[in-house]
Amino acid sequence: MTEVITDPTPPILHGPSDKEKKYDRQLRLWAASGQQALEDAHILLLNSGSGAVGVETLKNLVLPGIGQFTIADAGVVTEADLGVNFFLDEDSLGNSRAECCVKLLQELNPDVKGHWLPLQETLTVQKVLKNDAKYTLIIYTYPIEETDLDFVQEYSIKHKVPVISVHSSGFYSYFRTYLPGNFPIVDTHPDSTATTDLRLLTPWEELSKFSSELTGDIDNLSAHEHGHLPYLVILLHFLEKWKAEHRSLPSTYKEKTAFRSLVTAGARTDNPEGGEENFDEAAAAVLKTISAPTLSSSVKAVFDYEPNELEAKSNFWIIASAVKQFYEKHKQLPLPGSVPDMKAQSTVYVRLQNIYKKKARQDVAEVLSTVRAHPGGKDVDETEVESFCKNAAFIKLIHGSEANPESIKTLTKSEAENDANAEMTMMPLSLLPIYLSLHATSHMSTASSSDILATIDQVYPDASTTPRYVEISQEVARAKGGELHNISALTGGMVAQEVIKIITKQYIPIDNTCIFDGITSRTQVLRI
Amino acid sequence: MSQPLMVSATIPGPSPAMASRWQYLDNVRRHTGPFTDPDMFDTSEAAVAQIEKMKILVIGAGGLGCEILKNLALSGFKQIHVIDMDTIDVSNLNRQFLFRQSDVGKSKAECAAKFVEKRVKGVSITPHNCKIQDKDEDFYMQFTLVICGLDSIEARRWINSTLVDLVDEENQDSLKPLIDGGTEGFKGQSRVIYPTITSCIECQLDMHAPRAAVPLCTLATIPRQPEHCIEWAHIMAWEQEKPFPKLDNDDPEHITWLYKKALARAQEFNIPGVTYSLTQGVVKNIIPAIASTNAIIAASCCNEAFKIATNTNPSLGAQENYMMYSGNDSIYTYTFKHEKKDDCPVCGNLARGLDVDPNLTLQEFIDSLAARPEAQLKKPSIRAQKTLYMQSPESLRLQTAPNLDKKIGDLVSNGDEIGVTDPSLGRVDFKYKLRFTSDFVSKDKLTTNGDAN
Repeated sequence: MTEVITDPTPPILHGPSDKEKKYDRQLRLWAASGQQALEDAHILLLNSGSGAVGVETLKNLVLPGIGQFTIADAGVVTEADLGVNFFLDEDSLGNSRAECCVKLLQELNPDVKGHWLPLQETLTVQKVLKNDAKYTLIIYTYPIEETDLDFVQEYSIKHKVPVISVHSSGFYSYFRTYLPGNFPIVDTHPDSTATTDLRLLTPWEELSKFSSELTGDIDNLSAHEHGHLPYLVILLHFLEKWKAEHRSLPSTYKEKTAFRSLVTAGARTDNPEGGEENFDEAAAAVLKTISAPTLSSSVKAVFDYEPNELEAKSNFWIIASAVKQFYEKHKQLPLPGSVPDMKAQSTVYVRLQNIYKKKARQDVAEVLSTVRAHPGGKDVDETEVESFCKNAAFIKLIHGSEANPESIKTLTKSEAENDANAEMTMMPLSLLPIYLSLHATSHMSTASSSDILATIDQVYPDASTTPRYVEISQEVARAKGGELHNISALTGGMVAQEVIKIITKQYIPIDNTCIFDGITSRTQVLRI
Repeated sequence: MSQPLMVSATIPGPSPAMASRWQYLDNVRRHTGPFTDPDMFDTSEAAVAQIEKMKILVIGAGGLGCEILKNLALSGFKQIHVIDMDTIDVSNLNRQFLFRQSDVGKSKAECAAKFVEKRVKGVSITPHNCKIQDKDEDFYMQFTLVICGLDSIEARRWINSTLVDLVDEENQDSLKPLIDGGTEGFKGQSRVIYPTITSCIECQLDMHAPRAAVPLCTLATIPRQPEHCIEWAHIMAWEQEKPFPKLDNDDPEHITWLYKKALARAQEFNIPGVTYSLTQGVVKNIIPAIASTNAIIAASCCNEAFKIATNTNPSLGAQENYMMYSGNDSIYTYTFKHEKKDDCPVCGNLARGLDVDPNLTLQEFIDSLAARPEAQLKKPSIRAQKTLYMQSPESLRLQTAPNLDKKIGDLVSNGDEIGVTDPSLGRVDFKYKLRFTSDFVSKDKLTTNGDAN
């Protein structure tokens, strides 16, 4: 079952394929393109410690049909493993943990291929990673030896492979994503309510013409016609009226509420309902749609970024630069072209839709011609440009992580300052002490509370005397590096979501560390 | 007790025989932590063994339920019951990891119970292949706590009102903490409820408002969206043509019929976007679901259950009681205290205010109750000082049916309290206090006056 499904409409009477049936609930989230990316991926898990969190992560990737996975693990299954890892059974005792987990994980999905590598003196992490570019993404768990960490980093840089490190112990966990270089996302899946862009303040000629055609004689329209004017036509009509009177468009909150009253007053009330639904819709849409679209900070960040020579050759940056030119010329982004549902007659609504679609296609054509003029733009697919233009207001760039030992000191300080004001600001306490305490046990999971504090003191000298740091280090020491299944299952769920987001290049991954506190049931994402 | 460090074979771990199976749990069960409540936490052998005697009820053996059963078994619980009336469908296999292709068509509760019992030695899981409404008070009374992994608001409201009803102030054991999880796509929530003491599912009902229904006239005369064409095929064309005796949402032939009808209608109105997949989604009201989100929410529920059962750390409940999770844009959680409502129709002392136009007929009022976020009652029976309408038994329904055409203002007065019952939501009365939103002049009275003249 590896065929690519390209046609979203299955032949009538045959219904969906077996694969579409099995994956129906997830295809509704990431579509066939996302599924294909998952099926092309190969995940490597470097497993260690009590060993559950990485395996729980893999479970959540095997089920939706990741192509392949490999577990490298030196562990031999012990009694303690059976108390925390669901993908082992009584028969596993004394055998390679990598092998046993792969076998029981593989049962979950016959479409997925699993491999195991029992680490030992003759098969080290260094050997596993040597010159072999077959992995799409690497997950490693703590504790890990420092030398092995270096090999992972080297592989990540050399093959441009994302890495996620995961640490789960007792009631706490964190995971950190390392993206090789910058990571741009087009298909960010914004909330549908956020995507409405009707350009009511800057209508183009065809839209204005259509609107005045419908409302030119608004007072003499029949009750049916008046009650079915689409709300965006109503708003355009009253904007014209407002402009004639005020010589400007409503811009302040006060003006907008006054404008809203003007719209509401336009409804006919001499009917059994005592009002008109479409005018209600129009009034409700005033504050949301009567405002000049501003460039979001994430789009600004994309426009301001100067890609390096290699990056500049990628389709994303070629299209981004064309869209930027478009924006500089027109002072607005390409039109996304979709029209939300509104009370209207079918034919009128469809005409309205087509006016927006036509404009969107014109904008795409303009961006496409800029792209084509670019030396590297000959082969850029039109659908890629289309999808970029449609999502232009929501594109996102996540910067790759670079090691900067100073930044953690700055962060620790600013988080401590926030905590000092937490009671006043009603903000929850920072979870950074959890990260630092767990991180202090990266290579030695049974460290004592004072060992942990001594390590943290190197970046935050006040740690040993700050009650919160002391308590959290004690809680970390209490677990002795042992995982609790619930915390690892929860963390494995979050890590799997991140892997899916990175591999499908859909939705927005974390930047770059997520810390979980299983005592207060909260997460915090920090760039560390 | 030291842990095996299994980074590479060069670091030796302790021999397997020395390590006990539950050593990681014991790290927290047998050692006090900085946040444990000293009045509640006890590291004695007897206290640690307590968890094995607790009976836990899991409602739902689907996406969340499979995860919950696994998590409970690996948290030290030994006596677990699971209740689910569903059978396994092929579209479950992308996340309900206790089921295989060969299990399709079998009972979810039975398959799930069997699998976890086999995998985790010493745990007992009792399946109940039935509806939650089939079980009586005595059944629910035996459990220490209840965890829900459901996709229906109705079932949640039923168990919620049943557990509220179960509370007897004289009997401490009658208070069953209810832990509830729910997911949609990359998002979800988990919450802990102490019935009658903290905010309950009914208090929180407006957080899960139903999707606004499309007016029938839009479907019938002015469709604009592909969904309108599908709903038209589903509600109108099917009723008119009855191509099969009864619509079965799981029968591909039936869905194909609806798809073709919807497609033809869409073409007639030039509406793009009707697909088989969308047809199925609209007709079955499909909510996207993935393994990873279920893992997060189920584990959050079980983490709270474990903390409640062991006191190893403070749990959600008395203070903060609700965690919202979203993984769409980075990761975001919001954990807060949802306040109990005095006018909660299930656990409050006061009747909830309900705005109503007295000029509506009782039938129109009843229809509107289904869509209102604070009510969401689909088959209500209504009582004021006298019975206004009863859905069953049939004799009472017939007797009260004439009231359906009467105006609200003719049946009750402004400020009157009404009791609403809906058997699918449990035995309790939902109490509402009516507030008229406009003046009401009875036509009957006008006629009477006219007659007098």
